[in-house]
Amino acid sequence: MAAMLSIEELTHHFDGLCAVADFSLTVEPGELVGLIGPNGAGKTTIFNLITGVFRISQGRIFFEGQDITRWPSYRITAAGIARTFQNIRLFKDLSVLDNVRLGGFARHGYNIWQALLHSRGFRREEQAWLRQAYELLERFNLTRYADTVARHLPYGEQRRVEMARALISGPRLLLLDEPAAGMNDAESQALIQLIRDMQRDFGLTIILIEHQMRVVMDLCQRVKVLDFGMTIASGPPREVQHDPAVLEAYLGKDGALAE
Amino acid sequence: MAAVMPQRRYLTWGSITLLLALSWVLPESGLLNPYVVQILMYVGINMILTLALNLVNGYMGEFSVGHAGFMAVGAYMSSILTVWVIPPALSFWAFPAVLVAGGLAAAATGLVVAFPSFRTRGDYLAIVTLAFNMIVKSVLENLEILGGPRGFLGMPRLTSLPWVTAWVLLTLYLCRNLVYSNFGRGLMAIREDEVAANLTSVDTRKIKMYAFLISAFFTGVAGGLFAHLLQFINPRSFSILKSTDMLVMVYLGGIGSLTGSLLGATIFTLLLELLRPLGLWRWVVGPLLLVLLMIFRPRGIMGLKESKWFIPRFGAGSRRS
Amino acid sequence: MLQVLGQNVLNALQLGSVYALIALGYAMVYGILTMINFAHGDIFMVGAYLSLAAAVFLLGLPFKAPLPFVFVGALLFSMFLTALLGVTVERLAYRPLRQAPRVSAVITALGVGLFLENFTLAMLGPQPRHFPGLIPMQPWNIFGLTLTPLQVLIILLAALLMVLLDLLIRRTLLGMAMRAISYNRPIVPLMGVPVDRVISLTFAVGSAIAAAGGLLYGLAYPVLDPYMGIRIGWWAFIAAVVGGIGNIRGAMLGGYILGFVEIFTPVLLPASTYRDFVAFSLLLLLLVFKPTGLLGRPMFERV
Repeated sequence: MAAMLSIEELTHHFDGLCAVADFSLTVEPGELVGLIGPNGAGKTTIFNLITGVFRISQGRIFFEGQDITRWPSYRITAAGIARTFQNIRLFKDLSVLDNVRLGGFARHGYNIWQALLHSRGFRREEQAWLRQAYELLERFNLTRYADTVARHLPYGEQRRVEMARALISGPRLLLLDEPAAGMNDAESQALIQLIRDMQRDFGLTIILIEHQMRVVMDLCQRVKVLDFGMTIASGPPREVQHDPAVLEAYLGKDGALAE
Repeated sequence: MAAVMPQRRYLTWGSITLLLALSWVLPESGLLNPYVVQILMYVGINMILTLALNLVNGYMGEFSVGHAGFMAVGAYMSSILTVWVIPPALSFWAFPAVLVAGGLAAAATGLVVAFPSFRTRGDYLAIVTLAFNMIVKSVLENLEILGGPRGFLGMPRLTSLPWVTAWVLLTLYLCRNLVYSNFGRGLMAIREDEVAANLTSVDTRKIKMYAFLISAFFTGVAGGLFAHLLQFINPRSFSILKSTDMLVMVYLGGIGSLTGSLLGATIFTLLLELLRPLGLWRWVVGPLLLVLLMIFRPRGIMGLKESKWFIPRFGAGSRRS
Repeated sequence: MLQVLGQNVLNALQLGSVYALIALGYAMVYGILTMINFAHGDIFMVGAYLSLAAAVFLLGLPFKAPLPFVFVGALLFSMFLTALLGVTVERLAYRPLRQAPRVSAVITALGVGLFLENFTLAMLGPQPRHFPGLIPMQPWNIFGLTLTPLQVLIILLAALLMVLLDLLIRRTLLGMAMRAISYNRPIVPLMGVPVDRVISLTFAVGSAIAAAGGLLYGLAYPVLDPYMGIRIGWWAFIAAVVGGIGNIRGAMLGGYILGFVEIFTPVLLPASTYRDFVAFSLLLLLLVFKPTGLLGRPMFERV
């Protein structure tokens, strides 16, 4: 069976500054891989490269055997890679419901004429996706916010809307960028459970960027540690935790690895 | 809820029929004097222009300052057809097709703006649309066969209140259907955050293309109606000032709102008529009101809000801000 | 042949100087507020009318004022009052909209422009006004080229103003503050820069320079009408965009380029009526292939 995602020797520069150097990663279906490292290590850049936000100049990326290196973002997402954002990027003036429905954009089958003329097929499909969106809202406990404008939502709820929006696109690979940022212990405990449930119910493969080590320890089967764009360690979280290179990278930080 | 629906349906169809009937009966019977009818036709044409521009500027959040260019293309195209191509005897019956042809020609030029919009946005796209407007005007001024700067005339007066009303209703219906569909949500996603839109699988290029084509089409249709009402057009009628008028109507009524578009066009047109006694000072008061409006209500009267009437029942996702 | 070319180059430099002076105003405001000040062309128009008023007044004095005195008087008078107008417009119309959606500010600028045009029209009536000659017209002949003192004055004075502005922006504290604001507005107030005052001064300087352009334009093309600011304004605006909007030196370069486009269009094409077509087509092509203009830097999108 082919790997779900395989990244081969990815390198990326910003204005001559090396953000990601020679990064390789293979993810098998059903895995939950962690991506950790100090701020500015290049983790989010890797997500941006996978999802086509930045143009890839060196290296290649395969998703389910297809070469997606040069694909535009929308096509990559439609092919089955969804993501959330470190600093939440909802469509702020749209309702929560519309935000979630937008996640399913590429799965709407009707064409522009059917939409303009309100054909029967259009109406049927629109209803089906409305139902689907409400089911996800229900699952994420957001039903009562369906008509609320996204910007008025509390922070935690906004994060959940992002996940619902990602899930409705029917992804097989989900990229989570610091989902626990700003959460307290109880909240991140709930998040761990939520991610587990999502992975089971939707048959997801997940790559997780996270600073809260508890979340990483609890969830990930293996992690990659980055520092200044370079991979400095990889393996099961318990082992990586004691790796001297990793400790050095985090030295002077808030002792994140020391728990 | 389900019981409400047929009722609303009857109401909608009833009012559409009534509107069309009134638009025919009132001028015919002489109950409305020709001056008022004329003003009402301008209101209708402006409604179409505003709805069309709102798709691009309000829903998609780009800033076109060149829509008068599309209007010019529609106006000249339809006028050429009625003056040179279609025999006068047929022109009354061919009028809808003529307008559609004008709209299609405008939509074709819409590509000139749609393609750059893939790469540039914001201020730069605004400048592209501006350049487009100027180029259209300049080309028309240099085409001696179309009368050059003196203009083009000889069109029969085919535009009438029932036609205008029908086109307003059609435009409104199609715009509503577009806005409350997957494509409409894609439009708004582009406005809110284009990168995130791409990352939620929105094919932004396709959406932009549709937006510019549809918007340009209706603007062209309005141009045709305008030309066959005035029976005389010249390049100066489609300068940046015309584009500015359209912008004012959109931002007066409110961005991203169908109700707002109708309101904006109505208020703007009527206000200019009411201020007529002021003479030259009318053009001083108008801009002043606009500036005050922007300062005190920068999103327009109905910014991002919609009358429930226009929201399709099943696709309800209210947008209050 | 060479003489015709040389003559046209001179004419292009003269016209380009005026465009450059006005383009600067667009660039400065865009640089600092990322806002297209569509009213700037009309500020230029007001500047031209104010110079006209001052010149007529000074020429009508009971004693016979020497022409250089009249020129300098008109220049200073209109620069000062136009600066005041620019500051007032910013204060009353743009400042309340700093936090509003950006398009509102653009629409407001369009409104202000229309207001200035139509106010001038309503006050003065539609008939064009003639600008009195202040500069001796007898031409010099150099290598077969006809060079008028006015031409020399326009080209040199414009160049001088541009050098001064460049120094102001690169060498003074005010210039440093302007550049800082255009680079990163949110943090600048934290460093003790009085943002509002710097923005006011930007408008003052930009408007004053446009007024100088107005006087020079009035002397060179001595017919003024209330709508003159539209066409000149658009051309200067294209100049600013061609150079890279928000970039001061780019605006100067763009001004001269546009001067050449306007003068050389009728030389190369059948009629001068094609000049708008040529200028805007160039603009369109440039924006499609190099969206940031000649000297502008690309903007990045952060995710």
